Amino acid sequence: MKTWEFIIRRLILLIPVLIGVTIITFTVSHVIPADPARAFAGGPKAQPDVIERITKELHLNEPLWTQYFYYLNDIVHLNLGKSYLESRPVIESLAQYFPATLELTIFAMLIAIPLGIVGGIISALRRNKLSDHITRIIAIVGYSLPIFWLALMLQYVFAYQIPILPLEGRLAIGMNAPLSITGLYIIDSILTGNLNTLGAALYHIILPAFTLGFATLALILRMTRSSMLEVMGMDYIRTGRAKGLSERSIIYKHALRNALIPTVTITGLSFGGLLGGAVLTETIFNWPGMGRFAARAVLGFDFNSVMGFTILVAIIYVLANLIVDILYAVIDPRVKLGGG
Amino acid sequence: MDKIRPHIKTIDDFLKKHESKIKDLRFMAHLFRKSLLSMIGLILILILIFVALFAPFITSQHPSYVRVSTDQGTTVTEERWDINFSQSLLPPSPEHLFGTDDYGRDIFSMVIYGSQTSFRICIIVVAISTLIGIFLGGIAGYFGGIIDEILMRITDVFLAIPYLILAMAIAAALGRSIDHIMEAMIIVWWPTYARLMRGQVIAIREQQYVEAARSVGASNSRILFRHIFPNSFAPLLVEITLDLGAVLLVAAGLSFIGLGASPGTAEWGLMISSGRIYMFQAWWYVTFPGLAIVLVVLGFNLLGDGLRDITDPKLRR
Repeated sequence: MKTWEFIIRRLILLIPVLIGVTIITFTVSHVIPADPARAFAGGPKAQPDVIERITKELHLNEPLWTQYFYYLNDIVHLNLGKSYLESRPVIESLAQYFPATLELTIFAMLIAIPLGIVGGIISALRRNKLSDHITRIIAIVGYSLPIFWLALMLQYVFAYQIPILPLEGRLAIGMNAPLSITGLYIIDSILTGNLNTLGAALYHIILPAFTLGFATLALILRMTRSSMLEVMGMDYIRTGRAKGLSERSIIYKHALRNALIPTVTITGLSFGGLLGGAVLTETIFNWPGMGRFAARAVLGFDFNSVMGFTILVAIIYVLANLIVDILYAVIDPRVKLGGG
Repeated sequence: MDKIRPHIKTIDDFLKKHESKIKDLRFMAHLFRKSLLSMIGLILILILIFVALFAPFITSQHPSYVRVSTDQGTTVTEERWDINFSQSLLPPSPEHLFGTDDYGRDIFSMVIYGSQTSFRICIIVVAISTLIGIFLGGIAGYFGGIIDEILMRITDVFLAIPYLILAMAIAAALGRSIDHIMEAMIIVWWPTYARLMRGQVIAIREQQYVEAARSVGASNSRILFRHIFPNSFAPLLVEITLDLGAVLLVAAGLSFIGLGASPGTAEWGLMISSGRIYMFQAWWYVTFPGLAIVLVVLGFNLLGDGLRDITDPKLRR
């Protein structure tokens, strides 16, 4: 089977998963709440006339399966309802906040992946030496830290005790955002040649991106170390040594390529953790992304926004895993494209 | 299952019959004791259990419990701590080891009592999701076919949404309380165990000893309970131990957002959330509850890693 056939097959398989996701979000929003109309109307303080209007709008008096088809129809037409906190369609809010979250997630990955891979390799090659012990401790502590607590501790140390980094926000107060081309401040400021804004944007993203990426860094560190150790014990590495290849060529050409395969998988899976972590990280660093929006919506009984965010994140996560699957098949020729 | 075992009459018989198993367990215990990190993990968890059980004997202040009605019209028991504004935000001292919070409550006492809440959340969430997972995964793996296909597609969908976010949406739909956080997390967590169990059952189903049991006419339930479940115990135990830590992290995160206990309850995530605005004037308020979370999660992770190393024959040598 060719690669493009595999991709098309996987895309078709996405449809049932996405329908399943809508069934879950439908159940969460229409079946679980004691009084769905009240939940959609803004929680405990909802006005009776609003509840009545919502009941009609969402057809809440009709059988569940009818409600589901109205719900699915709305989602297909990108109608996620109205945000009560921001008095505008949820989809507009999400579209506005999405680039900030994307930028933060990309930077978290840019910190986690290279540091994790390099650290993991060093750790494996110097097994049981001091550098190995240090990386192993980082790896174990890294996935035991509550991300919101790490964020607060970093703020306390680097924005208060040793004030070298900003406390919160995407840019300094009073600074104008660069002309929006992609919505990512760093890329936009490069495109418009605005070095001042670029500096401020980079300066502001360091702490939140490090916080968000730290758990992923720990995971990649662990995975790379153990798979590197496993690969270095393989017969073909011994063969390489026996025929007199240099250690450098053994490590980079033979061991690393195979050792990185599990790392790719784990990176894809950790993307879900990053999206979840963004809710907490953005709240603490006052980062104007979807995560902060969702956390505020939860507190403000803005149920439409919570559910809209959940659906969007599920779609992003499903697509991210699809990309990882395809990458996996490309870098590892042993993976049978037809299987599974 | 047979309640009386006539073939085992004395302890000696028992020891003889299970000689190889006991030897294996002894060897595992030996490996475990040799591993420093696993022992640290075990000690941390024993401390947690001790603190949770004996909280009233360790601390100076204690909560009282009152019944209140909630937004949803139900009555729940709420935890209340005495307020003393003259003692507010005092730094750590011999009298208040971890300082006091904005209402003048002793943070050390609240951290100690918070262990009970955390312990309860971890145990209940993991126990119930494991039971659901073992049951559904066991059935799917053993019988296969259409049941298996349906169950696996359902778990696919659950796993397509990040844990924290799905749990957040469900908890938001249920309304704010610790019990609702636990319910939300059970809904999110069972698919992991169902898949793990299914994989185990499929692998074990094809083993020769299961084939042998079937050929002498053992019933499905006997094969499941006597052969398959006991042999899938080790990987499940590793997963459970590691998950206890992960559950605590997600629960604390939901609590931090504001979905959990009502303000003033001794719950670690909530304490960090309320201490956040005082962080620069009272570092102890957010620091100590956070350290408690780190130590407990670290304990479960070290213990889980240690168990994996000793139960996986490939890693033993």
